[in-house]
Amino acid sequence: MSSQEAQKLYERLKREAEAAGYYLNPDVDFVLDLMEGLLTNEKRYGYWSCPCRLAEGVREKDLGIICPCDYRDADLDEYGSCYCALYVSEEIAKGERKPQPVPERRGTMPKPPVEKHEEELVGFTKSGIPVWRCKVCGYLCARPQPPLKCPICKADRDRFERFA
Amino acid sequence: MKKIKLYALSTCGWCKKTRAFLDDHYVKYEYEYVDLLTGAERDRVMSEVKRWNPRLSFPTIVVDDTEVVVGFNEDRLREVLGL
Repeated sequence: MSSQEAQKLYERLKREAEAAGYYLNPDVDFVLDLMEGLLTNEKRYGYWSCPCRLAEGVREKDLGIICPCDYRDADLDEYGSCYCALYVSEEIAKGERKPQPVPERRGTMPKPPVEKHEEELVGFTKSGIPVWRCKVCGYLCARPQPPLKCPICKADRDRFERFA
Repeated sequence: MKKIKLYALSTCGWCKKTRAFLDDHYVKYEYEYVDLLTGAERDRVMSEVKRWNPRLSFPTIVVDDTEVVVGFNEDRLREVLGL
């Protein structure tokens, strides 16, 4: 794996983050190490499992920790950075504050009772078209199927849940 | 001399920072990259980590088989290692 590859990925994620109102960690060397980690995990597992978490190697089981993970926004709100400190708050991005270690949130969030209501929600919208929610960034869209990639955070289709 | 065991991931930025911190302070330690282990060895080490840190997060640093530091927490590390 070349660090040129990591550099390219860094530039892409930085561009995408900023276009969507997010910030990457201003410590470029630290971020490039995380890029290497993402690329390593892509080679190992076929997806961008969080470099700072132990992956099981099965996509369905690791779905919530595919970068950007399901916990990013909650950790950004509470601690100013995501778990591995790839994504940071504006304050940290500007160098006004340093990222702090973030405790593992995975497994501590209550699961919304989606399954129970799924049937009731069919046809909930006026048009009868289902509404899908991106579990990573909260993006909502009404269409027959979720998009292949979230237009906001680029998460894959399988990160969407039925919202209404 | 304290016995220090670092459980880490080879891909993790905070684990790397932890190693650099220990090296900068000339602290001797053993380490295990859990993501590089497979099969029974991986299961064994994972249950070792869980005993100290049920959330199985990294880095996990165990000192003298008595104290644990979860995450790269410099202040806690200084305190536990007497630096």
